[in-house]
Amino acid sequence: MTDASQNYETGQHPDLPPPLSEVGILGWLKHNLFSSPLNTVMTILAIWFLWAFIPPVLDWMLFDAVWSADSRKECWALMEEPEGAACWAFIKSRFSLFIYGFYPEASRWRVDLSFVLLVLAVLPVLVDKMPGRKFGLIYAIAFPFIAGWLLVGGLGLEPVETDQFGGIMLTIIIGVTGISFSLPLGILLALGRRSSMPVLKMLSIMFIEFIRGVPLIALLFIASSMLNFFLPPGTVFDLLLRVLIMVTLFSAAYIAEVIRGGLQAIPRGQYEAADSLGLNFAKAQILIIMPQALKISIPGIVNSFIGLFKDTTLVLIIGMLDPLGIGRASLADADWSGLAREVYLFIAMFFFICCFGMARYSLYLEKKLHTGH
Amino acid sequence: MSDAVQEHEVREPATQMTVGDEVAVEMNAVHKWYGQFHVLKDINLTVNSGERIVICGPSGSGKSTLIRCINRLEVHQKGDIIVDGVKLTNDLKNIEHVRREVGMVFQAFNLFPHLTVLENCALAPIWVRNMSRDEAEEIAMQYLERVKIPEQALKYPGQLSGGQQQRVAIARSLCMSPKIMLFDEPTSALDPEMISEVLDVMVGLAESGMTMLCVTHEMGFARRVANRVMFMDGGEIIEQNDPENFFNNPQSDRTKLFLSQILHN
Repeated sequence: MTDASQNYETGQHPDLPPPLSEVGILGWLKHNLFSSPLNTVMTILAIWFLWAFIPPVLDWMLFDAVWSADSRKECWALMEEPEGAACWAFIKSRFSLFIYGFYPEASRWRVDLSFVLLVLAVLPVLVDKMPGRKFGLIYAIAFPFIAGWLLVGGLGLEPVETDQFGGIMLTIIIGVTGISFSLPLGILLALGRRSSMPVLKMLSIMFIEFIRGVPLIALLFIASSMLNFFLPPGTVFDLLLRVLIMVTLFSAAYIAEVIRGGLQAIPRGQYEAADSLGLNFAKAQILIIMPQALKISIPGIVNSFIGLFKDTTLVLIIGMLDPLGIGRASLADADWSGLAREVYLFIAMFFFICCFGMARYSLYLEKKLHTGH
Repeated sequence: MSDAVQEHEVREPATQMTVGDEVAVEMNAVHKWYGQFHVLKDINLTVNSGERIVICGPSGSGKSTLIRCINRLEVHQKGDIIVDGVKLTNDLKNIEHVRREVGMVFQAFNLFPHLTVLENCALAPIWVRNMSRDEAEEIAMQYLERVKIPEQALKYPGQLSGGQQQRVAIARSLCMSPKIMLFDEPTSALDPEMISEVLDVMVGLAESGMTMLCVTHEMGFARRVANRVMFMDGGEIIEQNDPENFFNNPQSDRTKLFLSQILHN
């Protein structure tokens, strides 16, 4: 075949398959890894880099690591060369401390049960095709109160002081509370800031700008020390509760601005269409405007959530023992001192898994909600 | 007359269109300003039920503003507007009543992109008329069949062509069983080959006796279904007449100039 295009009458040319080098694995390699000289160089460098660095890191972290020992010395004695690999035995011996903090051992089943209930509450929120989702959502709204009762005690359960809370449990309590309460509050603040009522608008702006203009640490210090000045003497106001409120307010201010950005992207025609169909303000917001504005805001909202989750480590500064606090306390133990790498890597892994999970879920949501073409 | 206009021209005159003596919309000495700009000047208009009015005029003449005042998307500052026997004031109850009874079709369609075609249509009957979902979806399917796209019911608006989207928008309004339909340049954003599919639906609607106010430059449509054509300029109604006399015997110079511009471009 010399000149195929000559064999067909004008307007009668059939669709021909593309050349082999454009499709399949070959096509993918050509387009993605070797599309230009620079790209080829970068591909080769990347392969070399992975080849040189992945095996030693895996050796240190997994294959040469020591998983059970009673002290640092015993750990190092078990290695080919001292300090040549990770000593996870340390983390293992402190594992329950990392999870529960100083929560009384006899009552830890309440924390475990709360974790399980949390997963059951999160599922109906995240998975929209779950059978019986309606009841799941009602349960999810009730969950914070159930979990609060389980963890703090009272009403038939042994009371536990919140200053005994610590570790990953504390991180999850602050993170989940902050995330679930700051979203609705942020939506209200965003609507307030766009309201045509001047008082409501000014209050929203003042709140958002004050909170955004002050570092979270300063707010936490205010929560831990200064709040007492403003309260009647003798009032007992739990420190953890104060921290939860501050973290929620802090995150809500950021979320409000993210959602305001989403609201600005909604064309005026959407409001007009909703109005012209007879939907009132609340119905138009809930059915038409917010679903679209929140969809646009997903990357920003999840960004704020991830920030909030990591910022929970700041409670260390006002004396609460989050995983970092537990880690530092553990390193003070003479039997184990010097294993900072293991401790911080372990904590980093925990935060990474949680935050990466949130990031992936947000990508999945964006894809699922994409309806434009 | 140009080819473009003839394309959407009448094949046969509409027959069963009758005008009732009930007043659907009444505007008395209505004025409106955008800031300093006086958009509507002393508008007096009475529309009887079953009437089909086509409003034309140059851009900025206030014709869109006029019909948007009828369902209070725009607020007028002076004069009275009475729709379906209800006077439009700041009273939300009155506004909601009027909006339930008045459907509107926009130039930019304004479908809800996060909902399927069927959900777009069933939404207002469910949430404003308090219908059950099944009932609302049944009605939605009826109207989607009437605008000839029932097979698109489960798609999202973003997957449809402009003409299909506008037909869905018409169906969405009809699902509320409105007494009056407002059309704000429904074909201006469409590719030429999609205009007639939308106009066909509007002609069918006119033949069913719907009270219609259409801002449009489709003069073939005006000739076929309107019983009154209005020309607006500078915020005033300059001239109104039945289509026959309006097109063949325009009175004012501005109308003549406008007609010559849109018919011979």
